[in-house]
Amino acid sequence: MIFTKSTLNIILASCFALLLSACATQKASKIDSQIQGDVYTGTDTVEYLADGVPDRVFFATNESVLTTASRDTLRKQAAWLRKNSDINVVLEGHADERGTREYNLALGERRANAAKDYLMTYGISENRISVISYGKERPVDSGSNPLAWSKNRRSVTVKAN
Amino acid sequence: MKKIQLIIILILTLFPSYLNALIEVDITRGNLNPLPIAVSPLYSDNDTTNQLKKEVNVENIGSEISSVIENNLRTTGLFNPLERDAFLQKPDVAHLKPRFEDWSLIKAQALITGKVEFKDDKVRVEFRLWDVLAAREMLAIAFTTVPNNWRRIGHIISDKIYQRLTGEKGYFDTRIIYVSEKGPKTKRIKKLAIMDQDGFNTKYLTLGNELVLTPRFNPTNQMVTYLSYFKNLPRVYLLDIETGIQEVVGDFPGMTFAPRFSPDGKKIIMSFAKDGNSDIYTMDLENRMVEKITNHPSIDTSPSYSPNGKYITFNSDRSGYQQIYVMKSDGTNVKRVSFGNGLYGTPVWSPRGDLIAFTKLHKGKFYIGVMRTDGSGERLLTENYYQEAPSWSPNGRVLIFYRETKSNSDGEGFSAKLWSIDLTGYNERQVITETDASDPSWSSLLTN
Repeated sequence: MIFTKSTLNIILASCFALLLSACATQKASKIDSQIQGDVYTGTDTVEYLADGVPDRVFFATNESVLTTASRDTLRKQAAWLRKNSDINVVLEGHADERGTREYNLALGERRANAAKDYLMTYGISENRISVISYGKERPVDSGSNPLAWSKNRRSVTVKAN
Repeated sequence: MKKIQLIIILILTLFPSYLNALIEVDITRGNLNPLPIAVSPLYSDNDTTNQLKKEVNVENIGSEISSVIENNLRTTGLFNPLERDAFLQKPDVAHLKPRFEDWSLIKAQALITGKVEFKDDKVRVEFRLWDVLAAREMLAIAFTTVPNNWRRIGHIISDKIYQRLTGEKGYFDTRIIYVSEKGPKTKRIKKLAIMDQDGFNTKYLTLGNELVLTPRFNPTNQMVTYLSYFKNLPRVYLLDIETGIQEVVGDFPGMTFAPRFSPDGKKIIMSFAKDGNSDIYTMDLENRMVEKITNHPSIDTSPSYSPNGKYITFNSDRSGYQQIYVMKSDGTNVKRVSFGNGLYGTPVWSPRGDLIAFTKLHKGKFYIGVMRTDGSGERLLTENYYQEAPSWSPNGRVLIFYRETKSNSDGEGFSAKLWSIDLTGYNERQVITETDASDPSWSSLLTN
């Protein structure tokens, strides 16, 4: 078979493009299941306060901003807390191991309070929520890698009674 | 703990003022040629040796005290204690009158000799420091104490020698308080521990039932402040390590953390976190008055006073990232001092007043460094996967900090150890502890 130079180029280019997009989708889907940007999106460490009510939200490095997914989780927690008005909760704020101990204590407190503020805007009374920071002292994953750190940057809602 | 009493009985000779220069050790440069020094085993006669063997259970007390001294001098990196096997002169004869030719033959430039006696249940130790090349006595001092304090005698002698040869106070008769660690990272058990600066006489001050962090010595006495999660309430505590009595510092409706004493030991400065905001507070230990020092929606933590008490350095993310700031002790005149690339934390003011030691995080590496108090002259002393929380030796020459190793995905390979490094960036060494260890804090000299 004889191809003109331009046809060959087109074929080569499209092959290359296919190869690239295959790479990209494979890589993206692998990351999607675990971390997005810097924030953990998987579920393997998540526990449930009730059916469909995840107990924790995750944060980006050095951040205490709630992601869309985190706000969704906290709205579910708020709805569940409204239905179960006899239950009080403790929000446990955590940081990963890649920061100085004292700053991480403050950061954990800031993260737990970000979650607390959100629950309060959804009608949960302040006196039903207490907050504690563990800084980097209580990781859930003991690995030293970005995935482990992303699981550890969290605020966990725990039943107080 | 029993109050330790040391009496300097007599100073045998004062420093002779001769015209020819005596040896001096320059500590301002990384010392690549440590001074060869011979520590002749302190002499004790048979009676003394046997009695003290019964009293304190050491084979030969004079020799043991000399080992304490040798080890102290070696770890400074400034001295090279010579092998005892090479010594030509007997300890008792050398102490009376060294044959300087014999000592210069083995290349010793300085010589330490001494004698131990046991009388009326007390140990009396005298020692002399000699300049071998000038054939002169440089220092002679005697101490009397109870037998159990024999290691401290070694430390005090080391301090006297260091001071005579370098012109600066030593740091050997000191202790380190730290957090002893055990168990998996996810359920780490932490206890307060205290040991002599050379790693001996380790004692555990808490049982490990609750998480404890960041112990710091009062620079004026045997009090310690630290963070405890007692009853799951993270609060700053005050502990008297002689009586074991402890109490919560202040009545704060939330987490208090990052405590340190003021240089006069009368105040505790710390962070108080509430509603997602950490600010710096002080509490006066005499009248219990609480004062708010910073008032900013950012995280303000890791405060440390300047030695004259007039300034405070601290860590804040008010610029968006963790940086080091300096302010007046009333909270006014806040100035950012760290401007290099990366994040800066844990500032600690040097006891000499001229430097701030810090932890820096840049491109995934952790550094221990020092800078002038206006932020200029930054020098990074050591780089590692993870290290932080430097604490100064009381003479401001050495920093102790902790270092953690990377773990694999199963958490294996993790360790936390204490390390020290000279201000020059030389002489980095691990400080051996019985268990894994973190958050070291160096005491002041126990005797001056």
